[in-house]
Amino acid sequence: MIDKQVKTTADAVAGVRDGSTVLVAGFGAVGVADHLLDALHEQGARELTIVANNSGNGDQGLARLINSGRVRKVICSYPRSGDYSAFLNAYRSKSLELELLPQGTISERMRCHAAGLGGFFSPVSAGTKLGQGKETREIDGRLHVFEKPLKGDVALIKANKADRWGNLTYIKSARNFNPVMAMAADLTVVEVDTMVELGELDPEAVVTPSIFVDRIVVVGAHA
Amino acid sequence: MTAKSIVPLTREQMAWRAAQDLREGDYVNLGIGIPTLAASFVPKGREVIFHSENGILGMGPKPEPGKEDPYMVDAGKNKTTLVPGGCFVHHADAFLMIRGGHLDVSLLGAFEVSETGDLANWTTEDPAFPPGVGGAMDLAVGARAIRVIMEHTSKSGEPRILKACTYPLTAAACVKRIYTNLAVIDVTAQGLSVVEMIAGMTLEKLQTMTEPKLQLAPDWQVLAPPAAPEARAA
Repeated sequence: MIDKQVKTTADAVAGVRDGSTVLVAGFGAVGVADHLLDALHEQGARELTIVANNSGNGDQGLARLINSGRVRKVICSYPRSGDYSAFLNAYRSKSLELELLPQGTISERMRCHAAGLGGFFSPVSAGTKLGQGKETREIDGRLHVFEKPLKGDVALIKANKADRWGNLTYIKSARNFNPVMAMAADLTVVEVDTMVELGELDPEAVVTPSIFVDRIVVVGAHA
Repeated sequence: MTAKSIVPLTREQMAWRAAQDLREGDYVNLGIGIPTLAASFVPKGREVIFHSENGILGMGPKPEPGKEDPYMVDAGKNKTTLVPGGCFVHHADAFLMIRGGHLDVSLLGAFEVSETGDLANWTTEDPAFPPGVGGAMDLAVGARAIRVIMEHTSKSGEPRILKACTYPLTAAACVKRIYTNLAVIDVTAQGLSVVEMIAGMTLEKLQTMTEPKLQLAPDWQVLAPPAAPEARAA
């Protein structure tokens, strides 16, 4: 019997290695796998590259990993969000590298990896500072830059409901980066509010199909 | 106040003016700041569908106090709502809509716009802080019409409509219309065309606050929003 549910958040993040690229879903504080981030902090992996839209808030989750010196690099679109003092301190002391990408380029690069493609040409950032150093091509008279696929070793996903196969649903705008990150990592770990029986999720309503999911842990409902 | 005094538009009046150009059925993304205000000034009875980059299509007004939903935020991470008919998409599809030309209008704030429609709105290169781009570059290339709302001049009175932007570009030659607190200006192949000016403004006076050469559209009109535009639930 397939059962991807694990007992604890520690089980969920077991085996994450130093130097891993970790996809951290969420937009601001919404749709973030806070419990898994805490578990990753306890687990102790270092030299992490984090892919996220923002750079963490206060001293929780991603910000806590940064404050503890676990993060070597952040790939994000907008680090200046909320109380980003953890990121700012590390950035100013140059203990952390920032790769700034247009927001849509981050998600498309991950989808590209998920789809088994070798990259894509995008008009976004062509002719700007963020496009500098990237291969360019004029397509139908418009300048494009080449973007490579972006792969995670681990994805930390926040969903609402899961079944034991790993089919997932989300709540409202908490969906955000979760589905695309769930597709783009070697190990996709999900924290959910509740588990339901196989067959209980409306097949038409499943957003992330089980094929992308490796481990699930129940953390209970929280905002 | 004499008859000759010139009163620049308020933020609400600028947003009101931009909202009048949104057509029935338009899919629209509103940038953070003054553009966000435009949602509440869409003429009554006109259905406009708002898109939010974090995966909302059919975004509504901000919630009434006490009715905030922790799962509902807009691009600025402020609490928002969904209108009947609205739906959710994941992030890559939200940006597919932006980048792929599916949005009718992207209404953005700006630091500077050039006479050819170059847009600078993502960084002032303050060395004390990390840069952040968010969805700015995506929004500046994808929509069918890119329009900007901004104050005509900087706080110190320097022009923000320039021959060439001094801040790093968000995208080149993308802006089609500029709404300022003094005028509405179209970016055309023949240069900048003033289609509306506030009461009492002259082309000569506007030119002193604008670096590139302005032309007055033959059918230009007075830009005269209501004194206090009535906001309504979008």
